[in-house]
Amino acid sequence: MSAREALAQIASIPRDCGEPVFAEPWEARAFALAVHLNERGVFTWSEWAETFGANLKANTLAGEPASYYEVWWQTLEEMGERHGLATALERSHRSDEWQAAAARTPHGKPIEL
Amino acid sequence: MSDHDSHEHHDHDHSHLDGMELKVRTLESLLVEKGYVDPGALDEIVETYETRVGPRNGAAVVAKAWNDPAYLDRLRENATAAIGELGFTGRQGEHMRIVENTPQIHNMVVCTLCSCYPWPVLGLPPVWYKSAPYRSRAVSEPEKVLSEFGVTLPEGKTIRVWDSTAEMRYLVIPERPAGTEGWHEEQLAELVTRDSMIGTGLALSPDETT
Repeated sequence: MSAREALAQIASIPRDCGEPVFAEPWEARAFALAVHLNERGVFTWSEWAETFGANLKANTLAGEPASYYEVWWQTLEEMGERHGLATALERSHRSDEWQAAAARTPHGKPIEL
Repeated sequence: MSDHDSHEHHDHDHSHLDGMELKVRTLESLLVEKGYVDPGALDEIVETYETRVGPRNGAAVVAKAWNDPAYLDRLRENATAAIGELGFTGRQGEHMRIVENTPQIHNMVVCTLCSCYPWPVLGLPPVWYKSAPYRSRAVSEPEKVLSEFGVTLPEGKTIRVWDSTAEMRYLVIPERPAGTEGWHEEQLAELVTRDSMIGTGLALSPDETT
C-alpha cells in the first residue's frame, strides 16, 4: 500500500490542507517507518490501523496522555516485537550504544556507532 | 568559497541524543541492520512530506524583517535573540545568524549534518541537503547547483556559500519580491519558501501563489 493510501485509511493523522504535518523531524521518520514496513509486507495496514487505534484509545484514558506520534511510536515498537523484528532487550542495548556514541562525538560532527 | 566568522568552540561539549530522537535512531538502525528497512526508501517517503515538517517559523521572521527595519537591525545584531522575540526558541534554534540577499549578492547555506540544521526555524532539511556531493558541489560550482534547482541569477551576481555548523546556523533573508509594497506580514510569509531560506531558491513572486 502506498503512503497516499495508508494516509487515506487513518483519518486521525494530523493534517494541513490534506497533507500530513509533523511537529518535529522524528515524527516524519516514525510515519515513514510504519508506511515502509507495511510496503515491505511486514504487517498489513489494517493490522497497523487496528493496533494503533486501540493504543490511541487507551492513551486518551491515561492520566497523562502521550502525543499522537508518541502513541504511533509505541505502536511501532509493539509491532516490531510482535513480528520478531526487534526485541525490547535489543532496543535497550542499541540505545546504550547510541548514547555512548553521542558522548564521544563532539558537537557538530555526525554521530555514528 | 566559504566565508567563516569566528566560531565559538566548545571542546568538551559532546553531542546529546535523547528522548524520541534516541528511540527513533535505535529502532531504525536495528531494522536497517537486519534488512527490514531500506534507508533510501525511508528517505524517499520522508522527502515526500518534508516541506510540511516543522512550523516553518523562519517565514514569519523573514516577513517581519522585510516590513520592519528596526527588527531587521535587531536580527543583524543578534539573530537568536530577535528570532526568540517571536517566540521561536529551543536547542536547534540557537546560534543563529542572518545573511541577506541583495541585488549584488546571493547567499546559499550548506551543511553536512542534521544536528546543525535549525529545523524549528526552517522546517525539515531536504534529504539531499545532508549529502556530501551537494555540499562539495555547492562550494565548487554554486551556479550549476542553483540552476539545477531552477534558479538563474542575473549575470555578475556574487554567490556566497556558508557552511552551517552546530555553533553557527545561518538563515538566508531572501530579497523581497517586487509588487509586494504595502503587504501585511502574514501575506508576505506565504511567499517565503523553505528553499529560499537556505538559498537554493528565491522567495515566490505574488503571481506564483494563489
